[in-house]
Amino acid sequence: MKLKLKLRYFASIREALGAGESLDIEEGATVATVRDVLIARGGAHATVLARGRALRSALDQVLCDESAVVADGSELAFFPPVTGG
Amino acid sequence: MGGARVTVQTADFHLGVEVAALRAGDAGVGAVAAFVGTVRDRNDGQGVSSMELEHYPGMTERAIEAMIDEAEKRFDIRGARVIHRVGLLQPQDQIMMVAVTSAHRGQAFQACEYLMDYLKTQAPFWKKEQTPEGARWVDARTSDDAAIARWGITAGNAVPIRGDA
Repeated sequence: MKLKLKLRYFASIREALGAGESLDIEEGATVATVRDVLIARGGAHATVLARGRALRSALDQVLCDESAVVADGSELAFFPPVTGG
Repeated sequence: MGGARVTVQTADFHLGVEVAALRAGDAGVGAVAAFVGTVRDRNDGQGVSSMELEHYPGMTERAIEAMIDEAEKRFDIRGARVIHRVGLLQPQDQIMMVAVTSAHRGQAFQACEYLMDYLKTQAPFWKKEQTPEGARWVDARTSDDAAIARWGITAGNAVPIRGDA
């Protein structure tokens, strides 16, 4: 049984990958798992989500770290450091 | 009090009107502290001809509401109002405002600064500048992480997550 996630991207990540996509992933996956799966695709995903790049994530619209566990139907967003104000 | 606390909008705002609404009917207010951020015509050594602001609809409003809840726990304030603009802005345009009311100035100043430090590092907004050399996304500043750290909050906004490099 795979979990269905709604991925969303913002700012420079959105420019590279589009506004978002759906992703099926195994139960127990964390935000780090999702990031690794996306990096493994290569191409633009590997470039903008690469380890060592400043990247922030939000699970169901709350900032989270990469140990957060995703659930079926979760909205998971990746974006660069924020620069409002 | 009683009006919206957080608004994200493309339209400009008027600080005086917002402050009047914030303190209307509350005779316990003895102090108002406010901050307005505006678009500079230079940033990091380059001219800026315009700026595009992006946000995460829904999350942005929720994040700022949570910041105000936290400010109300930490400081003895009576009300707070945050307006942040998105879309295309020009140098000298207003970007955002924070206003806080309290009985005395100390708590109002502190809560206003706290909200700004928090917003800079935790609210999902992103700025893209137009410069003579093309468009560029504004880099987060480690000085903003340092600013929120003095309130005992670790942001880690401007740097890769520890152990992730």
